[in-house]
Amino acid sequence: MVEPRGWDPPALESLLTRVLGLATDADAEAVFTERSSALTRFANSRIHQNVAERDATLRVRLVRDARTGVASTNRLDDEGLREVVARASATLALATPNPQVAPLAPSTPSTADPGLGYVAATARADPDLRATGARAVIAAGDAAHLESSGAFSTETATLAVANSRGMRNAHTVTQAKLLTVMMDGNGASGYAQATAPDVRAIDPTALGEEAADKAVRSVEAVELEPGEYPVILEEYAVATILEYLSWMGFSALAVEEGRSFMDLGQQIMGPNVTIWDDGLDPHGLPTAIDYEGVPKQRVDLISDGVARAVVHDTATATRAGIASTGHGLPAPNAFGPIAWNLFMAPGSSAKEVMLSGIERGVWVTRFHYVNIVHAKRGILTGMTKDGTFLIEDGRISRPIRNLRFTQAIPEAFSAIEAIGSDTRLVAAEYSGINARVPALRLARFAFTGATGTEAQD
Amino acid sequence: MQELIDLALDVARTAGAGYADIRVVEQTTQSLTVKNGNLAEASSNRSAGFGIRVLVDGAWGFAGSSRLERDEVERTGRDAVAIARASGLATREPIVLDDSHPAVGTYRTPFREDPFQVPLDEKLGILFEADSVMGKVPGITLRTSGMEFGREHKTFASTEGARIEQELLTSGGGIEATAVSDNEVQRRSYPQSASGQHVSGGFEAVRDLHLADNAQRMAEEAVALLEAPQCPSGTMTLIVDSPQLALQVHESCGHPIELDRVLGMEASFAGTSFLTLDKLDNLQYGSEIVNMEADATAPGGLGTFGYDDEGVAAQKVPIVTDGRLVGYLTSRETAPIIGRRSMGSSRASGWNVIPLIRMTNVNLRPGAAGSLDDLIADTSDGLFVSTNYSWSIDDRRLNFQFGTEIGWLIKDGRLTQMVKNPTYTGITPTFWGSCDAICGPAEWKLWGVPNCGKGEPMQTHGVGHGAAPARFRNVEVGVGRW
Repeated sequence: MVEPRGWDPPALESLLTRVLGLATDADAEAVFTERSSALTRFANSRIHQNVAERDATLRVRLVRDARTGVASTNRLDDEGLREVVARASATLALATPNPQVAPLAPSTPSTADPGLGYVAATARADPDLRATGARAVIAAGDAAHLESSGAFSTETATLAVANSRGMRNAHTVTQAKLLTVMMDGNGASGYAQATAPDVRAIDPTALGEEAADKAVRSVEAVELEPGEYPVILEEYAVATILEYLSWMGFSALAVEEGRSFMDLGQQIMGPNVTIWDDGLDPHGLPTAIDYEGVPKQRVDLISDGVARAVVHDTATATRAGIASTGHGLPAPNAFGPIAWNLFMAPGSSAKEVMLSGIERGVWVTRFHYVNIVHAKRGILTGMTKDGTFLIEDGRISRPIRNLRFTQAIPEAFSAIEAIGSDTRLVAAEYSGINARVPALRLARFAFTGATGTEAQD
Repeated sequence: MQELIDLALDVARTAGAGYADIRVVEQTTQSLTVKNGNLAEASSNRSAGFGIRVLVDGAWGFAGSSRLERDEVERTGRDAVAIARASGLATREPIVLDDSHPAVGTYRTPFREDPFQVPLDEKLGILFEADSVMGKVPGITLRTSGMEFGREHKTFASTEGARIEQELLTSGGGIEATAVSDNEVQRRSYPQSASGQHVSGGFEAVRDLHLADNAQRMAEEAVALLEAPQCPSGTMTLIVDSPQLALQVHESCGHPIELDRVLGMEASFAGTSFLTLDKLDNLQYGSEIVNMEADATAPGGLGTFGYDDEGVAAQKVPIVTDGRLVGYLTSRETAPIIGRRSMGSSRASGWNVIPLIRMTNVNLRPGAAGSLDDLIADTSDGLFVSTNYSWSIDDRRLNFQFGTEIGWLIKDGRLTQMVKNPTYTGITPTFWGSCDAICGPAEWKLWGVPNCGKGEPMQTHGVGHGAAPARFRNVEVGVGRW
């Protein structure tokens, strides 16, 4: 169904050359994105949505005398190309000069393996494969008398950037993702997620069993008084925190504008915290270039708890007098660069060992609906979900109802007592950010509210 | 195009679809952003394509493509049917649509001034003027002003005989001023956060915002907040302004009344709903002065249209009457489950995605508490909060926490001390049950929320919420350690 590489490299090269050739009176950039994706969604233990789409979009940026005009289209025949360049030109003609304008990125050929992050088996995945995977998850739920919900998606995405400074970079990747939430109808639920460039790396049965086990252990949850507790955060929860750290502060623009918690050069977290971004690491979901065509560089964001660096696009890098790190979104934009491919260094603890010594604490499987309360202080709020447990005397004693947390993350990450020895790759729910992270044991985490029994009945 | 539409339906029917529909959609948008005195973004975007949705043996399939050409229409139609057959590998009872009469009609958003015909320099002039006013206030480090316009032309046809043409037009804009100190960042937005106010309508709506006239006040408040005391913690009487209350309605009423969510169809993404079917006509959702309705016919709402994306005509239906839950947002698939016919809230954000149950304009009706000044004067002790900053709610839409940009303490019927970083938290029915006053029609405004996300793949859609400022008793405010 989803055809791999809808535009082959020669056709793509021809397209980009033609569009740049149409822009004769300005510096020009052409950003091509193509996405062939399919998603099989199930709820109440049956497939209820099953979709596929393919689309290719061309975005043209023209720059002349510090003025910029941008237009995009998904009509890619000759008339469509002429029309999109004409629209960008019309905007350029009326735009006011911007001395802070993002320049076109200088040509820097990508040296990444063209096959990085691309797996033909994922590109060829068909609806039967996804339905079979969904059925395996549902079977695991059925065996535990649980209702299964989830989604199994496969995607092939191409990003190609060309500009009149000689930039010519392209990269095609694949991604498969399967997630499930299982529920018993009385408040107990469990979750599991797996993502990889290779759909064959995902084991639907194992994933179903993980979620089912969590849901079964969550039956008859009791209330816990909100307050500060030691916590163990599973990888899903840690990945969500890293996602929001990225939103709040890993961007050079956030630092430039004074709204980031990243106090560069300072100890902002515990000495056992090391976080970096690496779009080329095959253990993540690789992407070799950014939306300006710039090859991705590894950026060590926090090393041994010290804020070391932030990610740049061409605009912030130019102002800083350095080269872009390859983290740009389509330029120009008011949002700035973003760290998409996050990693956190593992430690040496097995999750079970982490429990040892906790007299009374909370085990969190994942967080739900997290949002930023105060970016500069790194304060987040959100709910626990799909498996929250009370820890007593070094062991999980019982399931507890979901809790709301409101917590400054740099403060919480300054008291990490143990770090898991294994890491897990987790894809964010909304943003496309992915993170390979370990589980963590934190000395203190502030739970500020609970959804009590009376509200749920 | 008619020939290709007929072809799509024929291909789907021939391949085995018991029902099929096609949407052909073209969307055009324009975005303008001025930041710190410079034009930061001026872009024009166009996306066009079609999506074919089919039911085969009671199971759904959907495929979309951007190439509206004969061979691609045939391929996409066959793909949709093949996908539906795969759905049959894991299904239960066959899906049955309601008996809504197939509509034939047209709709066009009323407007006075086409935003795409307004010269760019005139639009930029408005933004630069607002930017300049903010820039004159000492202490402002970051200022943005922006506008966004959208036009969507869509054609809908189904094997049942529906044939609908619509052209929807949206316009919006807003400003933000930010002040920064060593350990503090404070922002003020007008007329609301998240890129301002958006409506279905023309450029006249942007002119009516009078951005520059409000720029100085926003900038001065942002600077003043840097030195303002932290919002106190405790249980207080809370007055919520109109745009923040609109978002409160959105999260704590709009989402939980989506019947697909109630039925568990969103369980794996943003969760389910506490408003389960047994609550319909039984649950006292709020106090007796709380009345809400879903109104897709309300002039100017982002959830206003002629027909939804299943071809059902726009309607106005009661949701909460005298505090009691009486309705849901429904689709043709879900409405029969509660013995009703779709009230027309199934919408897709583009040609490439399926329609989902989306809020239309879920509005809190105005009350009898007069003006905001009257309400404050009637409050001896409390907190007034304005303009959303953050939002979070649990997976059943019960436990919420909101942050706002600014707050003021209320003492003896007057606003007194400005406070920074206000937050409040609660449980949905308890919170709405504590509502003892809602301002009157003069304070009521229909707000646009342009960034509502739902579904997988996630669709971002515009919805509307009307609200007037209201008062709530015994609310926990000032959450967390600061």
